[in-house]
Amino acid sequence: MPGPGRAPIVEARAIHKHFGHLHVLKGVDLTVAEKELVFLIGPSGSGKSTLLRCLNRLEDPSSGSVVVDGIDMLDPRTDINKARQRIGMVFQSFNLYPHMTALGNVALALRKVQGMGKAEAEAKAAAALDRVHLADRADHYPLQLSGGQQQRVAIARAIALEPRVMLFDEPTSALDPELVGGVLAVMRELREDGMTMVVVSHEMGFAKAAADRVVFMSDGAIIEEGIPSEIFTNPSHERTRAFISQIERH
Amino acid sequence: MTGWERFTDSFFNARVMAQYLPKIVEGFFLTVELAALIIVAGLALGLLLALVRAFAIRPLNWLIIFMVDLFRALPPLVIIVLLFFGLPNAGVELSGFVASWLALTLVLMAFSEEIFWAGITSVPKGQWEAARSTGLGFVQTLAWVVLPQALRITIPPLTNRTIAITKGTALASVVAVPDILGAANAGVSFSFNPSPLTLGAIAYLVLFFPVVVLGRWIETRFAWKR
Ligand SMILES: Nc1ncnc2c1ncn2[C@@H]1O[C@H](COP(=O)(O)OP(=O)(O)OP(=O)(O)O)[C@@H](O)[C@H]1O
Ligand SMILES: [Mg+2]
Repeated sequence: MPGPGRAPIVEARAIHKHFGHLHVLKGVDLTVAEKELVFLIGPSGSGKSTLLRCLNRLEDPSSGSVVVDGIDMLDPRTDINKARQRIGMVFQSFNLYPHMTALGNVALALRKVQGMGKAEAEAKAAAALDRVHLADRADHYPLQLSGGQQQRVAIARAIALEPRVMLFDEPTSALDPELVGGVLAVMRELREDGMTMVVVSHEMGFAKAAADRVVFMSDGAIIEEGIPSEIFTNPSHERTRAFISQIERH
Repeated sequence: MTGWERFTDSFFNARVMAQYLPKIVEGFFLTVELAALIIVAGLALGLLLALVRAFAIRPLNWLIIFMVDLFRALPPLVIIVLLFFGLPNAGVELSGFVASWLALTLVLMAFSEEIFWAGITSVPKGQWEAARSTGLGFVQTLAWVVLPQALRITIPPLTNRTIAITKGTALASVVAVPDILGAANAGVSFSFNPSPLTLGAIAYLVLFFPVVVLGRWIETRFAWKR
């Protein structure tokens, strides 16, 4: 819960999103405090990804307001490319650039967006790879890395820009079970370093251990939210209960 | 004369070959020049149109698609003849060389635009999103992330198309350009012996065989590192 004295990093208000006739987000409010880890769960198609993507404007909300680290993301005068550097994003499918090494993947935005020289960018990229324990894989191309390693490179690519908040959209869903742990471990270390995070995931064990707050979405709206133990063991809504028992059966 | 002797006398007549070799060599270099100019201009224009198309400006895209379809539909020879015999009526005189160059450049532009465009659209949306989420702009993403990937997939079809269209330089002989085929044809009519055509075929092989091999090499060179 955003306690006193903890400034919100993300403040989304009354977000609506339409895709043609499809009403995907129906007035969602989401506030994330500094250093908070918010876990976003809900059935497939409930709008979790769309909500995340509205936060860094990969999707334009149809209405509502999004303020991240004090920047009005929907103001047309906002330099969106500058603002996005404060919001790291990690995707289910990694989306590493296949024509670049791990180091190249991480260094690209440092060079082209932040204008660093080659040496400086590569030093910073190497440090980011070190944080995800892949310093020795800097020269590998994505296809030479396991899925878990690719996802950690993707995390390094995002954190190298020193974002104020990290968005994770099902970061472990595409991974073989034995590779999930390495990615979750890196995420936990990030959290311990004080990173603000919004995580969409079905990894309930991770949520119980690391989340400050669990938000349950269904059908484009937030149904309920609370601390993990409360949501997982004693949800107040039938839909939450049904979803959780379904997840836990897997 | 046995049949075999008649055959060698017709197609491998050393005297006739020696006589027309210099003309064929001249034709060879003319064909190389024409082909090189077509490849450079055609591919550059094709890439330019595909890049403009990526900006998704509606009326501009309709125009590009219309042009591309037009030059893909018309037989190259028809375009050459139209430019060479038709344009003078509009007060524009083009040499056979320029008319052939322009026609085949437009055809290669059209086909390569489609190939470049297919390459650009085949790059997964996730690549755009990952790049944009780190703050890269549209043009930066296109330049550093999408285009390098698009170009790789375009190399095999592009090589094939480029070879097919530059072989069309032989059509220039129709508008009196003394390229390989033009020179060979002229040799046949003067000598009443088809041996110059054999020389012409050899010249085409010498010209295009390395190109085909080069295309294969580029393909393997640019495969993803595994
Ligand atoms: N670009 C789009 N165009 C049209 N419809 C879309 C688009 N993106 C998402 N949708 C629709 O919006 C709804 C919510 O999608 P979203 O991806 O946000 O759900 P989700 O909660 O992330 O689901 P999942 O758990 O399957 O990832 C779905 O019905 C989806 O089909
Ligand atoms: Mg999703």
